[in-house]
Amino acid sequence: MLTLTHFLTLGAMLFSLSVAGIFLNRKNVIILLMCIELMLLAVNMNFVAFSRFLGNVDGQVFVFFILTVAAAEAAIGLAILVVLFRNRQTINVTELDDLKG
Amino acid sequence: MPIFEIVFYAFSLVMLGAAVMVITVRNPVYAALFLVLTFFSAAAVWMLLEVEFLAIILILVYVGAVMVLFLFVVMMLDINVDPLKEGFVRYLPAGIIVALLMAGELLMVVWSKGRFEAGSYPLPAPNPQGYSNTKEVGEVLFTQYLLPFEVAGVILLVAIIAAVALTLRQRPAVHRQNPSLQVRVRRDERIRLVKMKPDSRQDS
Repeated sequence: MLTLTHFLTLGAMLFSLSVAGIFLNRKNVIILLMCIELMLLAVNMNFVAFSRFLGNVDGQVFVFFILTVAAAEAAIGLAILVVLFRNRQTINVTELDDLKG
Repeated sequence: MPIFEIVFYAFSLVMLGAAVMVITVRNPVYAALFLVLTFFSAAAVWMLLEVEFLAIILILVYVGAVMVLFLFVVMMLDINVDPLKEGFVRYLPAGIIVALLMAGELLMVVWSKGRFEAGSYPLPAPNPQGYSNTKEVGEVLFTQYLLPFEVAGVILLVAIIAAVALTLRQRPAVHRQNPSLQVRVRRDERIRLVKMKPDSRQDS
């Protein structure tokens, strides 16, 4: 029988995977953005599971807003990425050291 | 009802496997496609939770819009992947250790006795026939959360303007219209009246 634990475990594992992804792909901005999307998905999974098991719709409304903000963030992040690539011809994080003292 | 468990485990395994591929695969295009698979499986798991509206929204907005945006950007940028992957093996142990620690901590809380088990949170009964999840979400969204909803719209508008303003490129060689100048044009800038003597006609 499915319990709340199943869904929370799924969310926790997805979140840990995306944290590992941020460590492994620390040079590639695109994959970093994707990992952030995965983290938000893991958080949303918890919201949805709690919303269902507590019988409260507010969690779903919150997920709706998180999706909105995540879409805006992805759009702006990718726009910044395009400008960055246009100016520097690279998206390697280690080469973006203009502000380094 | 073992069918629920079978569906849950199948989609969860696909989802976690796709997430692993997202963070390990070499080519960003494949990573974006595996991310699509992850979101799709997550939508299926949400369907199990009878959160139909959000599951559809996840597919429409994420798979349909955001992931396509990612794919567009990945394909438009001519990225040399090799230098981006060179630290992979070096950071692999640190990444695995941190991920395991974090997963251990989270699961310690989640799996602690009597916290989130069936006794404390029993599985709610399936929604009756004719029940509309969209309607229920909409009723709350447009009454209790009206102001946040409007603010979300403003956030999206700001995101549109910001994305356009960031990526708009003015190339000096390209001839383009300037609507502002066109609107501000005066009569004397376009028309020059000349006085001239009428020719004497020489018909016959």
